[in-house]
Amino acid sequence: MACLHIEDVANDVLSPVSLNVHSGECVVISGVSGTGKSLLLRAIADLDRHTGIITLDEVRIEDIAAQQWRARVGLLVAESAWWQETVAEHIPVIDTRNLDALGFEEKVGEWSISRLSTGEKQRLALARLLANKPEFLLLDEPTANLDPETVTKVEALLLRYCRETPAGVLWVSHDPAQIKRVADRHYRLSSQGLEEVSL
Amino acid sequence: MNIITLSSFDLSLAALLVVLLAILGLILQLGITRQLLVAGLRTTVQLLLIGIILKTLFENTNLWYMAIIAVLMLLLAGREVMARQTHRYTGAWGFAMGTVAMFVSTFTVTLLALTVIINTDPWYTPQYAIPLLGMMLGNTMTGIALGLERLTQAAREKRREIEAQLMLGYSASESVRSIRRESMRYGMIPIINAMAAAGIVSLPGMMTGQILSGTPPLEAVKYQILIMFLITAGTGFGTVVAVLMGARRLFDDRERLRLDRLQ
Repeated sequence: MACLHIEDVANDVLSPVSLNVHSGECVVISGVSGTGKSLLLRAIADLDRHTGIITLDEVRIEDIAAQQWRARVGLLVAESAWWQETVAEHIPVIDTRNLDALGFEEKVGEWSISRLSTGEKQRLALARLLANKPEFLLLDEPTANLDPETVTKVEALLLRYCRETPAGVLWVSHDPAQIKRVADRHYRLSSQGLEEVSL
Repeated sequence: MNIITLSSFDLSLAALLVVLLAILGLILQLGITRQLLVAGLRTTVQLLLIGIILKTLFENTNLWYMAIIAVLMLLLAGREVMARQTHRYTGAWGFAMGTVAMFVSTFTVTLLALTVIINTDPWYTPQYAIPLLGMMLGNTMTGIALGLERLTQAAREKRREIEAQLMLGYSASESVRSIRRESMRYGMIPIINAMAAAGIVSLPGMMTGQILSGTPPLEAVKYQILIMFLITAGTGFGTVVAVLMGARRLFDDRERLRLDRLQ
């Protein structure tokens, strides 16, 4: 079983964090604003410089090409970014089962990005991420801008992906009800570091 | 055609016009009178100084003098490129990026023009080398400054898009491809427009100067066409080199977008 190992990962804002996430499990991190939850995910995604050790299957992050690393640990943020005209240009090979689970038809590929609502963009950003088949998912409040019905769909798809692949999930969330629904383990991040919270 | 030399009285008459403008500025309370007079004084002193330097250089054709002047011109142009950036690169890169790009493009194109096209003897004859290099640097500097400005602005504005692409497994180079292309275009557009408008909207300065000093119009035009092509090539190559270097410098060896490398 693959393991994402994080040991004393820190930067200017983030206090040292140590954690293991195994494939097939969903670990949720909560905590007040400014403690560095997003920065932790960015450090693991290798978007920001950091100290400490990060390994995937005992191979250190430095020993894997950056492009390859980022394809293996997919990051989904609360506000997705788009840079081409149409959906298909962003997601050339799209899994219709995932589209269906998110409430889209196959022809969504032809849609123009400019006509998408915030919620549609967020759901399609998830489809785009999963099309890349990452081994670990780093989710930074992925349902923050979604209505309750869509939240349910997104959670169901993420948990299915996590169990079936199996993929490890590190999920930042502020919603206690959501944490109860999705978490296998729950940690609170503070200036002192990570502290496990019983579910 | 004989050159009509200008006397100090002729220049004083022209200066009188600037003084009249300064007085008008004073009456209208524009708050520019002092600035205008200082600028007028500066233009006189600076141009007289460069005139003296050029006179000395023209009388003493020497490769080392030329090299020193060329390097000095390059360094001043490099400083100007840096000064024009809203978010310049930190450390020595802020200066080096534009300077290296200008060195690569202007020196190569000027050298080619002097040795192959104009073919003066010796090739570093100051009468040709200095004005040519000056015009090349002046225009290339603008193109490079515009290209780098666009690149750094766009990188800051499109951070989310760039990082989203990185997270989907794109390389650093792929994630800034469109920004890079846009920045190169941005740097080259002014010189392309200048070429397209030359002779219709405005008479280029160098050609006008040559005609005023007695060169037959068709000879002046030929020189102007040559200069336009050289400037365009120099600006284009310089902008490409600067934007490529700038885009590379936006990322570190782990292909992370490093906006902290910009001020």
